[in-house]
Amino acid sequence: MLPKAKLWLALTVAAVSMFSTNLQAAWDLNMPQGVTQISRETYDLHMQILWWCVAIGVIVFGVMLWSIINHRKSKGAVSATFHESTKVEIVWTIIPFIILILMAIPATRVLTQAYDASESDLDIQVIGYQWRWEYRYLRQDSLEEEVSFFSSLSTSREQINNQLPKEESYLLEVDNPLVIPINKKVRFLVTSNDVIHAWWVPDFAVKKDAIPGFINEIWAIVEEPGVYRGQCAELCGIEHGFMPIVVHAVPQDEYDAWYAGRQEQAAAAQAMSNSEITRDAAMAEGEAVYNRTCVACHQAGGTGLAPAFPALAGSSVVNGDLTANIELLLNGVPGTAMAAYARQLNPVELASTLTYIRNSFGNRTGDLVQPADVNAILEAQ
Amino acid sequence: MSAAHDDHHHGPAKGISRWLFTTNHKDIGSLYLWFSFAMFLLGGTFAMVIRAELFQPGLQLVEPNFFNQMTTMHGLIMVFGAVMPAFVGLANWMIPMMIGAPDMALPRMNNWSFWILPFAFAMLSSTLLMEGGAPNFGWTFYAPLSTTYAPASVTFFIFAVHIMGASSIMGSINIIATILNMRAPGMTLMKMPLFVWTWLITAYLLIAVMPVLAGVVTMMLFDIHFGTSFFNAAGGGDPVLFQHVFWFFGHPEVYIMILPAFGVVSAIIPTFARKRLFGYDSMVYATASIAFLSFIVWAHHMFTVGMPIAGELFFMYATMLIAVPTGVKVFNWVATMFRGSMTFETPMLFAIAFVVLFTMGGFTGLMLAITPADFQYHDTYFVVAHFHYVLVPGAVFSIMAATYYWLPKWTGYMYDERLGKLHFWLSFIGVNVLFFPQHFLGLAGMPRRIPDYALQFADFNWISSIGGFLFGASQLILLVVVIKCVKGGKKATAQVWEGAQGLEWTVESPAPYHTFTTPPDPKLIHAQ
Repeated sequence: MLPKAKLWLALTVAAVSMFSTNLQAAWDLNMPQGVTQISRETYDLHMQILWWCVAIGVIVFGVMLWSIINHRKSKGAVSATFHESTKVEIVWTIIPFIILILMAIPATRVLTQAYDASESDLDIQVIGYQWRWEYRYLRQDSLEEEVSFFSSLSTSREQINNQLPKEESYLLEVDNPLVIPINKKVRFLVTSNDVIHAWWVPDFAVKKDAIPGFINEIWAIVEEPGVYRGQCAELCGIEHGFMPIVVHAVPQDEYDAWYAGRQEQAAAAQAMSNSEITRDAAMAEGEAVYNRTCVACHQAGGTGLAPAFPALAGSSVVNGDLTANIELLLNGVPGTAMAAYARQLNPVELASTLTYIRNSFGNRTGDLVQPADVNAILEAQ
Repeated sequence: MSAAHDDHHHGPAKGISRWLFTTNHKDIGSLYLWFSFAMFLLGGTFAMVIRAELFQPGLQLVEPNFFNQMTTMHGLIMVFGAVMPAFVGLANWMIPMMIGAPDMALPRMNNWSFWILPFAFAMLSSTLLMEGGAPNFGWTFYAPLSTTYAPASVTFFIFAVHIMGASSIMGSINIIATILNMRAPGMTLMKMPLFVWTWLITAYLLIAVMPVLAGVVTMMLFDIHFGTSFFNAAGGGDPVLFQHVFWFFGHPEVYIMILPAFGVVSAIIPTFARKRLFGYDSMVYATASIAFLSFIVWAHHMFTVGMPIAGELFFMYATMLIAVPTGVKVFNWVATMFRGSMTFETPMLFAIAFVVLFTMGGFTGLMLAITPADFQYHDTYFVVAHFHYVLVPGAVFSIMAATYYWLPKWTGYMYDERLGKLHFWLSFIGVNVLFFPQHFLGLAGMPRRIPDYALQFADFNWISSIGGFLFGASQLILLVVVIKCVKGGKKATAQVWEGAQGLEWTVESPAPYHTFTTPPDPKLIHAQ
């Protein structure tokens, strides 16, 4: 038997090492304790109810196993005749009831705390889109430059399609992470632009559905600086698995510097929005935007997924009137998955994307769309 | 009809017309069971696609859109095509024989309620071949993903759900009418086998909630085609309303899939423990309590939609309460086994595995009831593990236990015990390797319904997939066992199992085409 056992062990080890694609792959067994008071209390609740279940399980399954071992016919066991006892029934109704009350008390306390979103230091609107998040920092003063940006998956398609090795934060990385100050009560106002999403950061024990037409509140006071990662938790369409959340929690001064930098960037982008772009720059920028934003539905090569997601290659819209094409991109197509991109992309990105799709996938309009063309239509609306 | 009408000369019709036009409860029961097994294999194939894609990180086999179609179709086919029809099949076969009735109360409707099902599922499955693909919004089809953003095939899905609902309602009316009107003299309500009791209560649940499901899909249909805005926020509608209506159906639905399982297990454990079921009365009351509570817990599926805190607390407390009657049932089963004289044939093995693994699913259900903790568990693989534990080694194991238990009565032959045990052990190991690691995945933060995942989830996913393939392949053994048993084997006696009690064991094996055309001797009816 021994050599056989060794063989199995070796085979198992070989199988494990073959399939463990990455040494990073951890054997996490439990919920993270997280970095907020609420997340730690949630973890405590989780452990408390888990141990109650384990204790009950040990007793119930213990009695069962003992009966299975001892009260078998093959051992000559003769069955007893008892078949009811009101006393016993009452006992095993009341004991679980008491355990439940013992659990309900702390659960109620933690829930009450988690629901108290009042007196926040900073408010951020979180808006779900198919399939990215927008973060809008609510201003104290409407004359300030607004800081708002979209946060999209930054893992490359090559990694997802197994053409490049997967990196450590595969699928849990974004182009523009959310930045918040530590030790401040940050309130998130969660809503959606299209379907229902859910914003979830496990280390904050915060998960809330982003629902069109509703604004939900959640909050966190993060105690340790760090990078915290989460994912959309509600099925929201094709790319549901590809809209992560990354939060950088930083000290207040670092946050202030970042915020000021963002305001400057916003002002600069505003100034840039009427500049001329060259064809090469437009094609490069347009391709980048396409691969980040459009490719999930319209597919690589612009083939689309008929009929919900039309092909761009040879499309009558993309090869037709430019104004109509710009309007479609800005306003979307109501009642379909085609979103309105007027807010999601800036004029340079919009113009470049149009240039790219109108001169790729076999489309040959020769157009070079300028941000000014897009702005003209935006202003006319 | 003449008095000389003798049932010995009144066998089944020949050929296909026997099955198309049958009004015989045994034939219809067999049709339901074979149909459900076919759907189990189809839904299982979809599950294999899911587990194959999740075997490693990265996209290997299918596109995300097709993956979503697979998760959706897997859920719909398993819930509406495999589990529910299997229990209706068992009800058809066993309820008349258990209460000493000659057939179901409404035999022609019985034929109709089965024969519309293949059309419903043919229509649902055909969406896979349609342009734009099958429904891809999850079996819970939350609006507006299932309305404004749905593929065109959603209309076929809605129609299919309507037909399934009509089938279930007709089946339920039939079961209630049979149980309330056709019990043999002496078969009082509190002498009915628990399988009959649990089905009576289940049938009421079905009649109560199937119209709600029909209502919600009809509202979807109007939103999609007739310009209403029930669930469209832009038109003044409310996406959360969808979830309230859906789960008002959906939560009783999960008890519809588990109460008859309780009945099956309550029949099998006493048989193989050779000891009367402990606490029969409390079992009946616990079943009724669970059914009542199932109507006031629906929003525990929606703890993250942003309900007011009063709502969260109400649904948390109500959900926790369900643990009490469910606990009573488990304790009663264990007390039945305690000081029994047990043997471990295949039905008993499945029944014991049911008690243990269903209870584990119950434990995670209790954990999910704790609202703040649910914020962490919600929509992760922890939930996937939870409901698969109650549905697979719960509902599905009980169906398998029932199949092995009554197969000799149905076919007249003993099944191959060696193959049955092999099927059990492979299923038992497979199901745990498949679903247990999913608890860890969920706690570590893996959301459900994603085709690709971060690298820290890789190890448990491949283990889970291996378990999935093992479990999937093992089910073919069941097919072999059943076919072998239909063809022949050791002759079964009327009693079949030494410890079996109840009217179905007083008729010969195989059960004649018509049973209890005259009521059984009341002396044969014992207290349970």
